[in-house]
Amino acid sequence: MRISFLRPSLAGAVALLAWLFGLPPARSARAQSSMHAPPGPAPQTHTEWPPAVDDNMVFRHVLFDQLEGRTTGSGNQLRWDGQGWVGTDMNRLWIKSEGFAGANGVSDGDHEALYDRPIPHTRYFDAQAGVRADVDSNPTRLWAALGVEGLAPYFFNIEPTFYIRDSGRVAGRINGSWDLFVTQRWVVQPHAELNFYSKDDPARQTGSGLSDIDAGIRLRYEVTRKINPYLGWAYDGKYGNSALYTRQSGEATGNSSFVFGLRVWY
Amino acid sequence: MRNPIDCGAKLRLREKYRNMNQLNDDKGHTLFSRRLFVQGIVSAGALAAFGGKNRLALGEIAWQNAPELSGSHFELTLDTLPVNFTGHSAVATGINGSSPGPTLRWREGDTVTITVTNRLKMPSSIHWHGMRIPSEMDGVPGLSFRGIAPGETFVYRFPVLQSGTYWYHSHSQMQEQTGLLGSIVIEPRDPYPLEFDREYVLLLSDWADADPESILSNLKQESDYYNYHRHTVANFLSEAKDKGAESTLKERTAWARMNMSPNDIADVSGAVYTYLLNGNPPRANWTGLFRPGERVRLRLVNGSAMTFFDVRIPGLSMTVVQADGNDVEPVEVDEFRMGVGETYDVIVQPQDETAYTIFAQAEDRTGFARGTLTPRLGLAAPVPPMDPRPKRTMMDMGMDMSSMKGMDMPGMKGMDMSGMQMGESGMPESRTNGSAVMPPTSAEKGAMAGMSMSGGVGIAPFPQPSRSTTEGLASGTASEEVNLQPSNPVKIHTGPQVAAKPRMVMSRLNEPGDGLENNGRRVLTYADLRARYRGVDGRPPTREIELHLTGNMERFIWGFNGQKFSSAEPIELKLGERVRIVLINDTMMEHPIHLHGLWSELENGQGPFNPYKHTITVKPSERVSYLVSADTRGRWAYHCHLLYHMHAGMFRTVVVS
Repeated sequence: MRISFLRPSLAGAVALLAWLFGLPPARSARAQSSMHAPPGPAPQTHTEWPPAVDDNMVFRHVLFDQLEGRTTGSGNQLRWDGQGWVGTDMNRLWIKSEGFAGANGVSDGDHEALYDRPIPHTRYFDAQAGVRADVDSNPTRLWAALGVEGLAPYFFNIEPTFYIRDSGRVAGRINGSWDLFVTQRWVVQPHAELNFYSKDDPARQTGSGLSDIDAGIRLRYEVTRKINPYLGWAYDGKYGNSALYTRQSGEATGNSSFVFGLRVWY
Repeated sequence: MRNPIDCGAKLRLREKYRNMNQLNDDKGHTLFSRRLFVQGIVSAGALAAFGGKNRLALGEIAWQNAPELSGSHFELTLDTLPVNFTGHSAVATGINGSSPGPTLRWREGDTVTITVTNRLKMPSSIHWHGMRIPSEMDGVPGLSFRGIAPGETFVYRFPVLQSGTYWYHSHSQMQEQTGLLGSIVIEPRDPYPLEFDREYVLLLSDWADADPESILSNLKQESDYYNYHRHTVANFLSEAKDKGAESTLKERTAWARMNMSPNDIADVSGAVYTYLLNGNPPRANWTGLFRPGERVRLRLVNGSAMTFFDVRIPGLSMTVVQADGNDVEPVEVDEFRMGVGETYDVIVQPQDETAYTIFAQAEDRTGFARGTLTPRLGLAAPVPPMDPRPKRTMMDMGMDMSSMKGMDMPGMKGMDMSGMQMGESGMPESRTNGSAVMPPTSAEKGAMAGMSMSGGVGIAPFPQPSRSTTEGLASGTASEEVNLQPSNPVKIHTGPQVAAKPRMVMSRLNEPGDGLENNGRRVLTYADLRARYRGVDGRPPTREIELHLTGNMERFIWGFNGQKFSSAEPIELKLGERVRIVLINDTMMEHPIHLHGLWSELENGQGPFNPYKHTITVKPSERVSYLVSADTRGRWAYHCHLLYHMHAGMFRTVVVS
């Protein structure tokens, strides 16, 4: 039954995936393809020799964009939002994790494992596909994830992701940020994350439509490129039925907080 | 800092002893001599102290020279070497206990044997940069040989059929960056065209205490990691004060819209680099002595990993007499830019009893290497302030249609010309008067043995143009390029590996380069280089190969024609054929492109006197062409000599068979 609901979109989804990931891999123009080898003995190729350069090295990156304390009038919370990847230029495994930890346990715990590949014919965007697990103090949910992450013009970081799980529930998230260099080391970063759901999920206190916004502005100091203490302000708000659920449990639907933390990467 | 120089029994001193570092002071004492270096009696650092112990200013440290070895048998040992260039201890990869390694002095016509023993814990190699030698002696792991495994010894043996200033470096991993490099001086068989009284090798390099692997990793994660000259609010305000807020904003948004920055001058900067002259940081102040009135030949080598140097000696004009080991007609300049891998020989003639500063600032002005020429130890000249930092322009992006220099196609406004064949009209050179020159049959040049004049041209290596190759034999007909087979049109699409495609490319040979325009000094350009001797292969090319230099700075991926080395096919050349390589730089950075094993004859309008080079810098949005005689069989490396660009894919194999 549910399968039939999905079927019409299946072909489209496959086509979308093929485009996003360039499968079969898009080949660039081979300029030398017509330069056939002339007859005669070619200089020997030794396959057991190492390549002259290894341009498919595996690199890794771990970034905690937010690793901070948030203080509001009503209480304090710990917030983390990090991501990391490992892989080559064209094939990477991404891990993302975010959440709040406070007196009421862990909330908004969202962890993703994604395969990442640059999108052919785009310069700055990667396609990402994998799984998302909502694991925190609330009931666990598992989603399939498909998204895009990259640099829009003006160095605007943007990260829209689409999620789907059993029973045809879909969700969406859009993450955006921008670095404004005040000086070579003082950086102001506005940031926003919006979450959408197709259906209510009272157990996780998420309602359909726009569910929540987490937005803030942070001023960091790049002591080194990799160690950036920061201060800032953040707003965390619930909307629609999410706000209703939140009110029912006696919590505030909008929190404005002072944040302080450390942005680190390595 | 350095161990005493280790020298094997086989090392021979040169009989003819050039007064490199030997000079008597006022009382007639020999201050120091190269013989001491070579014999390893005193370490380099101690020697400097011996020479000028009480004259070193406070805070200065003793400078040192790389030892010099000469003869035809050499033993080189590669090992780790504790160094301190920055005030912090670090580990370099040294040669015979020295970094840079010993300067090797060869003689044209000799056959040299170099035994290289690898005591490192990783594979290594030595590549002889600019040398025309058999492919299996070229020292590129994966192409020439397997590399030299830890503990192993490899014996290089090849005839030296050229003269000039060259250098050598590891071609394994990123050992160039960690100091595995040295200079080569080859004495010509013929007398020097311009006499000189004294000579110094000046090897420029960039040193980082950080591992090169971590530098590349940082660039992959954040490509402007080492750039502390980004656009900021603060510099917007100061710029707006000068240029007006509106135009500043307009310019900045134009760059930001493309996710690019005009401040991309160097990918790795003085934020991590210390710039060295002969292995000496600026405060050590490498010093060379002269007697007023002497003609001093300076052999400059840019052996850095990532740094373009702008070299000048305030107060002295320099006569450029050689580029990449090949004599050129003397050009008097005040300054010149050195691409990574290039060498230039200049002659200076200081007349006054005063010191001069050799000043080599990095193109991005984040630091400099410095030394002193002085008649007496203890004298030093002021170090000039660095020039303003250059910015890339829309012309570097191939976008400014109004101020095109060297543009030869007026009225093309708005057209996408990137795919156009500009091969014929794009060059200032008129080929119709270029009489072909057949190589000499004289047995004087060993390389010419076995060469026949009928049909065999180019299947034996041509000699380097020299006095001996110019004797007659000029023949051939004009306009033979009618048979030129054009390159396959190369279509470059933007994508993950190609961030920008300039809409307009042009010849920029007569430009000194970003940051050197209109600085009030006479700056060398490629258009100024005219070979001293007529080229030896007068045949016109029969084929064109067009290659675009491409990359995506943000992802730090680089390549040719949008492809990295690992996904590209080799470029196949037929033994004996003569081809034109056309390079089109679709990026906004300079790339010094180095072809191993074969000369690159830069088509800069000098016709039969086009200069022979081994490394050609291509400016942003520039179209450069050069001729290559595929006269030496083998698998040759062809790459951008910016180390991290090469390791990010800007590398091809050229197969001559």
